Amino acid sequence: MASVTFKVWRGNKEGGEFKEYSTDITEGMVVLDALFQIQADAANDLAIRWNCKAGKCGSCSAEVNGYPRLLCMTRMSSLPQDRPVKIEPMKSFPVIKDLVCDVSWNYEAKKRIKKFKPRKPDAADGTWRMQQEDVDRVQEFRKCIECFLCQDVCHVLREHHLHENFIGPSLLVYTAALEMHPLDVEDRTEDLRKHQGIGYCNITKCCTNVCPENITITDNAIIPLKERLVDKFYDPLKKILNLFSGKS
Amino acid sequence: MSSVKKYEYDVLIIGAGGAGLRSAIEASDAGVKVGVVCKSLLGKAHTVMAEGGAAAAIGNIDEKDNWKIHFADTMRGGQYLNNPKMAEIHAKESPARIFELEAWGALFDRTKDGKILQRHFGGHRYRRLAHVGDRTGLEMIRTLQDHGIHQGIDFHMECTVLNLLKDGDRIAGAFGYDREKGRFLVFETSAVVLATGGIGRAYKVTSNSWEYTGDGQTLAYDCGAELIDMEFVQFHPTGMVWPPSVKGILVTEGVRGEGGVLRNSEGRRFMFDDIPEAYKSSTADSEEEAWQYTIGNTEARRPPELLTRDHVARCIIREIKEGRGSPHGGVFLDIAWIKEKLPNAVEHIKRKLPSMYHQFKELAEIDITTEVMEVGPTTHYIMGGVRVNAETQMTNVPGLFAAGEVAAGLHGANRLGGNSLSDLLVFGRRSGEFAAKFSKENGKAAIDDRQVQSATRAALAPFERAGGSGGSGVYQVQQELQDSMQSLVGIVRTESELKEGLEVISRLKERSKVVGVEGNREYNPGWHTALDLHNLMTISEAIARCALMRKESRGAHFRLDFPDKSEGFAEIIMVISKDADGLMQVNSEAIVPLTEEHKQIIEDNK
Ligand SMILES: Cc1cc2nc3c(=O)[nH]c(=O)nc-3n(C[C@H](O)[C@H](O)[C@H](O)COP(=O)(O)OP(=O)(O)OC[C@H]3O[C@@H](n4cnc5c(N)ncnc54)[C@H](O)[C@@H]3O)c2cc1C
Ligand code: SF4
Ligand code: SF4
Ligand code: FES
Repeated sequence: MASVTFKVWRGNKEGGEFKEYSTDITEGMVVLDALFQIQADAANDLAIRWNCKAGKCGSCSAEVNGYPRLLCMTRMSSLPQDRPVKIEPMKSFPVIKDLVCDVSWNYEAKKRIKKFKPRKPDAADGTWRMQQEDVDRVQEFRKCIECFLCQDVCHVLREHHLHENFIGPSLLVYTAALEMHPLDVEDRTEDLRKHQGIGYCNITKCCTNVCPENITITDNAIIPLKERLVDKFYDPLKKILNLFSGKS
Repeated sequence: MSSVKKYEYDVLIIGAGGAGLRSAIEASDAGVKVGVVCKSLLGKAHTVMAEGGAAAAIGNIDEKDNWKIHFADTMRGGQYLNNPKMAEIHAKESPARIFELEAWGALFDRTKDGKILQRHFGGHRYRRLAHVGDRTGLEMIRTLQDHGIHQGIDFHMECTVLNLLKDGDRIAGAFGYDREKGRFLVFETSAVVLATGGIGRAYKVTSNSWEYTGDGQTLAYDCGAELIDMEFVQFHPTGMVWPPSVKGILVTEGVRGEGGVLRNSEGRRFMFDDIPEAYKSSTADSEEEAWQYTIGNTEARRPPELLTRDHVARCIIREIKEGRGSPHGGVFLDIAWIKEKLPNAVEHIKRKLPSMYHQFKELAEIDITTEVMEVGPTTHYIMGGVRVNAETQMTNVPGLFAAGEVAAGLHGANRLGGNSLSDLLVFGRRSGEFAAKFSKENGKAAIDDRQVQSATRAALAPFERAGGSGGSGVYQVQQELQDSMQSLVGIVRTESELKEGLEVISRLKERSKVVGVEGNREYNPGWHTALDLHNLMTISEAIARCALMRKESRGAHFRLDFPDKSEGFAEIIMVISKDADGLMQVNSEAIVPLTEEHKQIIEDNK
């Protein structure tokens, strides 16, 4: 059993500071376990958001030694233990308390993306037929657990605070899932350009690097969406062809 | 007195898991004003964790499947204590509820001819579980969430309901607080739907999150509704056992559905050693036959690993107790062996069980495509809960409805895997429909300010006791309860231990009335834990009392001092209610009888 020191950010939207706590680490522990021990022994009111403790719900996002992580999936053994482990809240969103941020913006922004609209059912019983190959591509995006770590790392939100103009990688993944859904017939390209600010993304790929679900955000979601935009708005021939095929 | 914020709805739904969201969508489709309250953020409720799939007799793979067989399987799994009307409705309506999800954007895995793929699960005769790899719950909750946010429903995220308010006999509203600031909230409403999920946090080893503190069961009980079947807690046979910090996290039954086998330390596939009479004719008697079943040979019978959960859990306990367990106190679960049979096994496992692969890799440093897992039973689900009308989901309190895991009746003594997700959809929808109808027919009732004031006082009391709890903080009380429930009211029960358990609960109840909390009302988990204690104590007491009354072993309830089924309990359920003095009463009542048609279906599918 080894004692490890943590520097945990404590505070609220008025301000705060790092406080030091030490706790004993045993085999297999993740950062969230260590924080629970601190919460039970030394800081009863330490605010942490979590649910599943298995990397499935995307609640426990924070920054560990400056890197956006799920607290429940970060093993203590993966961190250097000769110096304090630094834990702080995400930076792209306002803090509520300690490690908990106000992420409601993500929910509001999502509402403004046009909802799923399926083509007419393929079979008389109201069901559809889809091939697994066609579903695969979208299933990658639907793995998203809405942890918002990609939103946290994206400089457009984190440094430039362009929340009004840009929906961020997580919601671009969501839009890609709708746009590439084999049944969907809605068109969201115009919105992507005008209201959702896809143009702000300059393909730095930082978002892809932090995604705990290993979604290839930039290459598989954002770039294809950008290509659709180009096709649609700058390629008149494609535009006409699209009229016949029903959808781009 | 603290100020309270007021909201008005026709229907208030407490909980935003599968049941709550499906209920909200239905109620708002009916044209009434709907509010949803949930303790976490939207999309984070327990439903998100469900892995294996949702059971529905669609018959995409096994054409012979139909609602009658699903009904018969559900009743057999529940040892015939189920409410047969609920089991019938569930089996009939599940397929339509699954198709509806597809119309709202869900993308299930496909068959070769492009239909929804279905997989094997324990206790189901045919391949019946619609699924998406091993993240079906995520697909389901996200689909409902993304559909629901466009319906004009108000969501109150990170708010907790502490009390239900009544006007005479009927429901008038609910009282709670928001997590962020600790502000008090009053919801005036004509009808309330409880969709708060389960009770797993009463135990030490559980697959459930912090949210599962038995809130809905307790809210219902406190305001005069009845609870049934509380002795039936499902211990899932396969939870992680190592490392300690992940003990209890679920290993989906899908692993066994895809060919995973259980072995003891001697390498023996011990599930072949004890096959219950009722399942003998439908269970494989050789490893080869079991494998044939896994790969879809319809002539073959099912592997013994897919027997019902209660049975598998007890066999595992037996192996461990008799010294044939794994190094960390479990048994071995092996999916890697299928490479002997499948050329592309590694890819196949990663494709079919991606989050299991990920979970073991990240949390235990085990590669399940080449190494064996260690697993043991974990507290998973409660079959018991709030008693409801089979068709409307209304309780005996007018205007109070319940759906999903918090409600009881469908599963009887043991739930079949996959029957919960379909339960949420079928009865979530019904609860929304009938709650909306109730609100239209009955309008609002009056809120009694005295009830609000006393609720406020009770909620603030832990702060007044700050520092006065003599070193026994809220977390310690909670942990002691979990330890005692685990050891005294767990998988294997005896009269003396259950009695001891009840004594511990009553002692801890007293302590929970004096523990104090530090800090202020803003996002203060210490305070929230203090407020949850009342619920944990109430449902723990209910479980222990019912378990004491049922002097037999049936389904998930196992008594070492009465290890067999008893005729005398075959047609009886336990009913919990609060008496005039505020004490908990347990009465036994006759089960809902089978109709002639039900009997025939069960006979035909024996
Ligand atoms: C790991 C795991 C895997 C599973 N896999 C499967 C599977 O493959 N197939 C299957 O059929 N079943 C499965 N189950 C069971 C199934 O997932 C659950 O039974 C089901 O999701 C419960 O749904 P629900 O809607 O009833 O409640 P939940 O999804 O738990 O939602 C409860 C909601 O109520 C809210 N709430 C609770 N108390 C309060 C309060 N006091 N005030 C306000 N809000 C409150 C919570 O915040 C939450 O939003 C699994 C369970 C687990 C834990
Ligand atoms: S690739 Fe685009 S969305 Fe992703 S972090 Fe970079 S700028 Fe942001
Ligand atoms: S895309 Fe990945 S990082 Fe972004 S919210 Fe989804 S799961 Fe999290
Ligand atoms: S607690 Fe669910 S992802 Fe960490």
